[in-house]
Amino acid sequence: MNKTSLLVKKENRWFETTIEFVIKSVASLSIILIFLIFLFVFRESFSLFQSKNSTVSTQVYSAPKVYNPESGTLKVKEALKKESSKTSITVWDTFFDSVWQPVGDNPKYGVLPLLIGTLKVTLIALLIGAPLGILAAICTSFFISAKWRNIIKPAIELLASMPSVVIGFFCLIIIASLTKDLFGLDLRLNALVGGIGLAIAIIPIIFTITDDALQTVPKTLREASLALGATEWQTAFKVMLPAATPGVFSAVLLGFGRAFGETMIALMATGNAALISMNPAGSVRTLAATIGAEMGEVIWGSDHYGILFLLGSILFLISFGINIVLEFYIKTRLLQKIQGKVG
Amino acid sequence: MDATNITSPIQQNKKLIGFFAVASTIFAVVVVLGLLLTMLGNFVIEGVPGLSWDFITQAPRNNNQEGGIFPAIYGTTLLVLTMTMLGVPIGTITAIYLNEYANPNSFFSRLILFAVNSLAGVPSIVFGLFGVGFFIQFFGAGLDSLFNPSKVIWGQPAIIWASATLAVLTLPVVIISVNEALRSVPVSLREASLALGATKFQTIWKIVLPNSLTGILTGSILAIGRGAGEVAPIIFVGAVYSMPGLPNKLNDQFMHLGYHLFVLSTQSPNVEKTIPIQFATTLVLLLLTFVLSLTAIIIRSRLTKQLQG
Amino acid sequence: MAKQINQIKVKASDFCVYYGAKQALKDISMDILEKQVTALIGPSGCGKSTFLRSINRMNDLIPSAKFQGKIIIDETDVFNPSVDVVQLRRQVGMVFQKSTPFPKSIYDNIAYGLQLNQRISRSDLDDIVEQSLKGAALWEEVKNRLNDSALGLSGGQQQRLCIARAIAVNPEIVLMDEPCSALDPISTAKVEELITELKSKYTIILVTHNMQQAARVSDYTAFFYMGNLIEFDKTRTIFTEPNKKETEDYITGRFG
Ligand SMILES: Nc1ncnc2c1ncn2[C@@H]1O[C@H](COP(=O)(O)OP(=O)(O)OP(=O)(O)O)[C@@H](O)[C@H]1O
Ligand SMILES: [Mg+2]
Repeated sequence: MNKTSLLVKKENRWFETTIEFVIKSVASLSIILIFLIFLFVFRESFSLFQSKNSTVSTQVYSAPKVYNPESGTLKVKEALKKESSKTSITVWDTFFDSVWQPVGDNPKYGVLPLLIGTLKVTLIALLIGAPLGILAAICTSFFISAKWRNIIKPAIELLASMPSVVIGFFCLIIIASLTKDLFGLDLRLNALVGGIGLAIAIIPIIFTITDDALQTVPKTLREASLALGATEWQTAFKVMLPAATPGVFSAVLLGFGRAFGETMIALMATGNAALISMNPAGSVRTLAATIGAEMGEVIWGSDHYGILFLLGSILFLISFGINIVLEFYIKTRLLQKIQGKVG
Repeated sequence: MDATNITSPIQQNKKLIGFFAVASTIFAVVVVLGLLLTMLGNFVIEGVPGLSWDFITQAPRNNNQEGGIFPAIYGTTLLVLTMTMLGVPIGTITAIYLNEYANPNSFFSRLILFAVNSLAGVPSIVFGLFGVGFFIQFFGAGLDSLFNPSKVIWGQPAIIWASATLAVLTLPVVIISVNEALRSVPVSLREASLALGATKFQTIWKIVLPNSLTGILTGSILAIGRGAGEVAPIIFVGAVYSMPGLPNKLNDQFMHLGYHLFVLSTQSPNVEKTIPIQFATTLVLLLLTFVLSLTAIIIRSRLTKQLQG
Repeated sequence: MAKQINQIKVKASDFCVYYGAKQALKDISMDILEKQVTALIGPSGCGKSTFLRSINRMNDLIPSAKFQGKIIIDETDVFNPSVDVVQLRRQVGMVFQKSTPFPKSIYDNIAYGLQLNQRISRSDLDDIVEQSLKGAALWEEVKNRLNDSALGLSGGQQQRLCIARAIAVNPEIVLMDEPCSALDPISTAKVEELITELKSKYTIILVTHNMQQAARVSDYTAFFYMGNLIEFDKTRTIFTEPNKKETEDYITGRFG
């Protein structure tokens, strides 16, 4: 064979280079999409920052620059306050009010009841869903045989693929009547029913991630604990669970994010009245449900339209913030924890 | 245990706590499984009587209060198929990049993973807003102003934009599951191919991809299952409650099973009367999403068993 | 019979490999002769595989790996930036410790390397497949089931299939990393016999943990220890009168 054949000019591999470039470009699409989502959801609310009778439009278009992943929500809120003085009176004057009444001659866009309502159902969902998900994960990780584990784990994961509109429907028809009879409530649809629905949605998430976290705790830890004479349940609750805390915390955080932004269940099961109250049996209206209910009827380009996109931006930023916490805080904590105990 | 051994009250206490600790976890499992079974059982019992050949092949009549749901089945199917065609290639290529080309510790690949995780966490309603803001108002309207300034053809809710929106929403599902499949292809196979003088892309194309087809399939099925069930992102990106005929152009609107169920159960004038239809619709929707997910879970567990055994 | 004088096929000079900060090979210099079997022996972790995988630049796949010095095949340094790795790997075949048949038919396994860069007529392909399988002493066993999955073969057959696959692309050098370590004695004997036959056409570099195997099949033996090349000589010399104490200790089983 020709001895110089090893030396082939690099250009002969142009196809490889091209294809690698294409693949890399497509892969970067995910990064671009995250930016586009924020940019274009926020962009539709620009009209709010535009004064209807004056000249601040150049300043207005600088709005996206306040976007800062580190402290996203805060900055935007500051920006809103700053801009509000300059812009159309009706929207911003009522923005921090306690009344959400977007249609009519005198629309009111108070987000407070929506925010409180969202937090209320989310809290109920977590109070129900987190213990169930975490305890179920402990059970399948430590207290049952592999055979049962292989049945129960997929079953709970299957629950995750239940469409939220179906869960919403179930709450609307079954849970609502059940809770009404059980607790003698006045309203069929309320925060409790919505919270139960959201709990059904987040249990599989919390379960799966807690289970993963428990599985990654080194087996040696368990064996050591058992060898020291601790019982199975002591080992599970006092050794394994604490060792998996960061994972459990991220499970709860993701569950929070899912419940906070869930639309269909909230829309179908909470009653959708934008009231501020602490009563779990009262009706609430969440941020996401508001968008879902009102986007359909709104006039595109109106103040109301812009406000709904602003609510969307808030939901986006909260979910993004959660992801940042998960990425930078919990992952390092988890690593430290595991390495610290073993190494 | 030794019968003569007297257990102290503290030990007894501990035993009691232990019993309750274990019992509480089992109780949790029972509650969760009970919920799942109750839901499924309920849907089957209430839904089956409403199912019939006519129900799945006929159009609705009398303002959706009677008749079938064929247009909704058709619309949902068309929607997720278009979504799959848009999303699965992008997701697969991204997974290929992450697994085959990128140095896993590089900033760029960590950034991609971070973006994928962020995408997975974005509430579905926000994707709907993105569909309106980007696909309809920016992209569609942009196309219109370029090619047909006087008319609105693309700058309006349509099945193509709903599919694109869902493709973005399900992208993380595809990426994560294909990535898993690619990772399960043994390094030794790649090395054997490279050692024979195959280029990197030849190795990917001829060895890695054929050996991860199941994974790509699983990813697609999971994405379809997820996409078919999502209602929030499409409410204002093209889904309608009723329409004459079926969608036959990419910019047509469409009927959708989930949206149909939502409107029937919450907004129709006579909710009580259509309850059998609602349950039957739920069952059809579940068959579409649930059965797909179940298939994916089974394929996946087979796959992991193969790898372990 | 006049002793044939072989040319130098592979020449390592002051070759070093680092994995991150850890040095895995230290200043390796050795001349490997054409159409001879050279065995690399030494305790686990001494760098045998690292050296072998540097010759066809398989270690390029490990991001942390850094190389210094030269490995020259014929006249070309394989680490020369203008060397095409793909071309290099076609010229330097490799057989791995664990047999790695592709999940394809026996026929397609052999045809894989051939069809990568050229179109070959079916009849030519048939010929080469047959020759390669014969060359790997597998033809008789599989000639009636060429279209069956290669995964259905026994471990020894799979390994010979991998050898057939490697020689089908007509390399000049064949690298073997513990090719028999997963095989039973009968299969091992077959592969060893095969290696002896193959050396008439190929330069073979063989990593093995089995002293008897090195003694049986190789012409030259290199003893590696902790990243150093301790001794490199004719196999007979290494096994009968080694120069270094470490070599003797290792061969007589006093450590490793
Ligand atoms: N990918 C890698 N990253 C870091 N260090 C590595 C890597 N591969 C090998 N090493 C280290 O380099 C040294 C040499 O390894 P090598 O695999 O070459 O040994 P070997 O002689 O082939 O051993 P064995 O007989 O067990 O196959 C070892 O200390 C090993 O830990
Ligand atoms: Mg080795």
